[in-house]
Amino acid sequence: MNAETNVVAQSRVASPEAEGAWIAFGRRMYWSVKREVWENRSIYLAPLAVAAVFLLGFLVRSSRSLNMHAAGLTTVEQATVFAQTFDLAALVLMGTTFVVALFYCIEALQGERRDRSILFWKSLPVSDGVTVLSKAIVPLLLLPLLTFAITFATQCIMLLLSAVILLASGQSLAMLSHLSLGQRWVGLFSHVVGGHGLWYAPIYGFLLLVSAWARRAAFLWAVLPPLAIGVLEKILFNTSHFASMLGSRIAGADTSPAMATGVTPMVHGMPLEHFASPGFWIGLALTAACLWGAVRLRRYRGPN
Amino acid sequence: MSCIEARGLRKSFGNTVALDGLDLRVQEGRILGIIGPNGAGKTTALNAILGLTPYQGELRVLGRDPWTERDLLMCDVSFIADVAVLPRWIRVWQLLDYVAGVHPRFDRSKAEAFLAKTSIHSTSKVRHLSKGMVTQLHLAVVMAMDARLLVLDEPTLGLDILYRKQFYDSLLNDYFDQRRTILVATHQVDEIQHVLTDVMFIHLGRVVLSCSMDQFESRYVEVSVRPEKVEAARVLKPVNERQALGRSVLLFDGIDRQKLGEFGDVRTPSIADVFVALLGDRPGHAQGAAS
Repeated sequence: MNAETNVVAQSRVASPEAEGAWIAFGRRMYWSVKREVWENRSIYLAPLAVAAVFLLGFLVRSSRSLNMHAAGLTTVEQATVFAQTFDLAALVLMGTTFVVALFYCIEALQGERRDRSILFWKSLPVSDGVTVLSKAIVPLLLLPLLTFAITFATQCIMLLLSAVILLASGQSLAMLSHLSLGQRWVGLFSHVVGGHGLWYAPIYGFLLLVSAWARRAAFLWAVLPPLAIGVLEKILFNTSHFASMLGSRIAGADTSPAMATGVTPMVHGMPLEHFASPGFWIGLALTAACLWGAVRLRRYRGPN
Repeated sequence: MSCIEARGLRKSFGNTVALDGLDLRVQEGRILGIIGPNGAGKTTALNAILGLTPYQGELRVLGRDPWTERDLLMCDVSFIADVAVLPRWIRVWQLLDYVAGVHPRFDRSKAEAFLAKTSIHSTSKVRHLSKGMVTQLHLAVVMAMDARLLVLDEPTLGLDILYRKQFYDSLLNDYFDQRRTILVATHQVDEIQHVLTDVMFIHLGRVVLSCSMDQFESRYVEVSVRPEKVEAARVLKPVNERQALGRSVLLFDGIDRQKLGEFGDVRTPSIADVFVALLGDRPGHAQGAAS
């Protein structure tokens, strides 16, 4: 072989590195996340459908109730009633996207092995790390942001509808000024990103790990072991630390009483001390470990 | 330059040995056919070359270690692992968008030009395409990647003859050039015989035969021996003997053609003939597990 072809060969080999791994990483990540959304359209269709149904219900109910009861209530009382529906919208949408996230995670790494499309994905220069991370980004970041955006839009429409109904029935808009909207939305944002993204992260991480590991029936593998641990603990030690730990993870947070009431924390957002709690950081570490395991499994395990 | 170089490649799954010290050397610009019965280790060997499975032994693909440098290697290697591994939910335009997004040397217009010659629409979903069309689509994507090594594992299994012929014609006419190397593992031996430059038989994880097609054609001779000459012909130690149309057909390895002409009609055997002759009676064939 002469020197010239050697140079050609070398430059061809070197080119992927020369392109700059960092930019390539961002680009691959972007396309991989986009691919996930193409494949799992329920990511946005489910919350949109729920929002539409909620708005319809809201329209029917408020066109009746705002008229009938408004007369007997003070503006502050009116605002309280309205705020409850307002927060209910957020709650329903958060519940929807949480369920979507759970089902998404359990399917994410098993589906591609079941239909063998993993053989196609692996024929492209996208590493297992990028793939798993792009799948983790969906419940950790994309769904919370989407939840916020759709909730925000839904609530804006609710405000508009109420304003129209109030004006049409000859009432003042004073009630709407008692809603402290700015605070509500900042609170909502930190709640979905901090709570539904990061506090729930170990749940998603565990499900992705199970999804990468289970050959079939990933759902059973995700549910039965935690159940078994809880039951065993009860039988052996007559305690229920594991169950209460799981419970507090799902219910939202540690001991603060505001958390228990459900709606209040959404208004105030995640308290700062929450991010400083060891439980939060242990959860993130656990998530990282699960994702690392999922990457290893996808790498080592044959496609079938 | 060697495109692939393997020495003593080993891999076992539990007690089953899939690769038992496989040696392999493929030069750049060749089209190698890997032929073997089910369970011979073809797919395992290809998976090792593609960095899909860990292995023991030495292996370099385009100068890289496929297991540790897999992500970089995949910029220069493309593969069709099987018919119908394209995700069923994806639309054609999404597939092209995605590959263009993640592959540094994907020429989208090339893929579109190829697809324009087919009846595949860019809005079609893979799930709605026929098996043959899915293979066309996959081929269009792979041919638009400027890869140096293309690996095909049973790329035409289950397709009708028209699609199969078209597949290899496109590959030869529109894709292959002296810089590229192609590796094909298949059972449909006869159809790819004219495509190959090299051939390799593997059985039970070992190489049984490895030579260029030129060598193959000069080495193997099949003679339909006249009944009175059978004994004389057998003295020359044929590698195989079978009966066809009442005559003994003897296969010789490395015996002069002119000399054999004295016994009867001489012809060059197909890959399939030699394959059956060399591997047909081997132990282990009957139990051949799925690869």
